[in-house]
Amino acid sequence: MSPSAIPSTAPPLPVPERDRDSAPFWDALREHRLRLQSCDACERVRFPAMSRCPYCVAPEHRWRELSGRGRIYSWIVVRQAFRPEFAAEVPYALVTVDLEEGVRVVGRMDDVDSPAFDLAVVAAYVDHPEWTELRFEEMAA
Amino acid sequence: MDPFAGRTAIAGAGMTELTRRSGRSVLSLAREAALAACSAAGLEPTAVDGVVQYSMYDDSVQAEALGAVIGARDLSYVMDFAQGGQSAAHMVAHAAMAVACGFAKNVLVFRAMNGRSGVRIGQRAAVGGGTEFRYPLGFVAYPQVAAMWARRYMIETGATELDFGAIAIAQRRWAERNPRAVLREPLTEEGYLASRPVAEPFRLPDCTTEVDGAAAVLVTSVERARDLALTPAVISSAAWATHGFDLDMGSSLRYDDYLRNFSGHLAGPLWKRAGLGPEDVDYAEVYDCFTGALALNMEGLGLCAPGTAGTFAREGHTSPGGKLPTNTHGGLLAEGYVHGMNTVTEAVWQMQGLGGERQVPKNDVAVVSSGAYLSGSAIVLTKDR
Ligand SMILES: [Zn+2]
Repeated sequence: MSPSAIPSTAPPLPVPERDRDSAPFWDALREHRLRLQSCDACERVRFPAMSRCPYCVAPEHRWRELSGRGRIYSWIVVRQAFRPEFAAEVPYALVTVDLEEGVRVVGRMDDVDSPAFDLAVVAAYVDHPEWTELRFEEMAA
Repeated sequence: MDPFAGRTAIAGAGMTELTRRSGRSVLSLAREAALAACSAAGLEPTAVDGVVQYSMYDDSVQAEALGAVIGARDLSYVMDFAQGGQSAAHMVAHAAMAVACGFAKNVLVFRAMNGRSGVRIGQRAAVGGGTEFRYPLGFVAYPQVAAMWARRYMIETGATELDFGAIAIAQRRWAERNPRAVLREPLTEEGYLASRPVAEPFRLPDCTTEVDGAAAVLVTSVERARDLALTPAVISSAAWATHGFDLDMGSSLRYDDYLRNFSGHLAGPLWKRAGLGPEDVDYAEVYDCFTGALALNMEGLGLCAPGTAGTFAREGHTSPGGKLPTNTHGGLLAEGYVHGMNTVTEAVWQMQGLGGERQVPKNDVAVVSSGAYLSGSAIVLTKDR
């Protein structure tokens, strides 16, 4: 559902409270690119953004551009809005995705009937007025 | 000899009624439950010298404030613990440690909340470092986080939604026998399937029912408990575990084994300290904010095999008359959400023979757990021998 379809009575979707660690992630999404931190010490990619590697605690990292391709690890279909901002959004799916580069991320999927275990999905980018959201869609066969 | 195991006991338990709108202050609820626990034990409230409580989103009242309104003017041990469902057994353990180490003699542990008419935890956006990435997606509330775990559990074990349903149905059978429970009408498989989806795979009966109310227990030494009014529920063991904690309690993207929550990580030390095993348990009061959490907790504690909690419930083992009566008050699912403190009070009442229409036939050993996913606690209670 596009943001313009939200009734005027609904509050706008929350805007990410970006910080120093996460700013490059949100900036990349704005350009429709997916970039995550990759640890210089152990080379593992991490999400969400944080100042230290959650695997080896090293601080040094670079921002690596990812393919956006992955497979569904788990998913839910949200039928009840827990915040008024999402009253016009339900139902929607939330999927956790294991990306090819070995990192698990979470995003929405618009089609609530398509999520399935191990389904191949690819990143899509939804522009909101102040930020861009990472969503997933089923990969074309 | 273990410095903790078997040295303290819960001497009494008390609760308020559970409502959807108490019309009272949280402190008033806390006071009623605390006085009920003292009265059950036969202890003058002025003899209380320690108070421990837990809260979330600042929804409770300070331990010291409770002391003030029950006439316990001199306290030598207090704690206000800002965590949620992980806390109840851990707070009992803290009170027990204070008593065992001589910091206090009679410690009240309470949870009080206007959880329905005031702060509704299940609808609050949890706080913490990972929320920046979840809120804008509409991944905001704890039931959604729990449902994500539940789906993964289904993928890995082959369990179906009806396995979660079997858990809700079994616990409702206990609630039918519990006048305090807020959901007492029988639940059938058809009724479960027809109920409103919340965050699939979870429907409404998979989720706890938020209420206003309070629960409290009195912890003292085994020796003092023997001189009080009721059978002591001896605290034979306690354990806490945090595993895979990330930025906040809803951040579990990097969790390494979705079939094993905190309870699988504390079971070893818990049973070892007690000198008992899951096979010794007569009845279990196990944290169940969601059916999926109950499954992980039962399996993690070793009460049933991994992936089988739904089958175990469907076969009647956890129901009235079953071999392992579980959540004999109806659980948080059906009695109501006093954040796991009512899970403790029920365990105590059953051991003291105060279970009424739902009294279990054998009540020598009980396990009580608190928590759902990344962290939690548990205690083992045994009848004084
Ligand atoms: Zn690293």
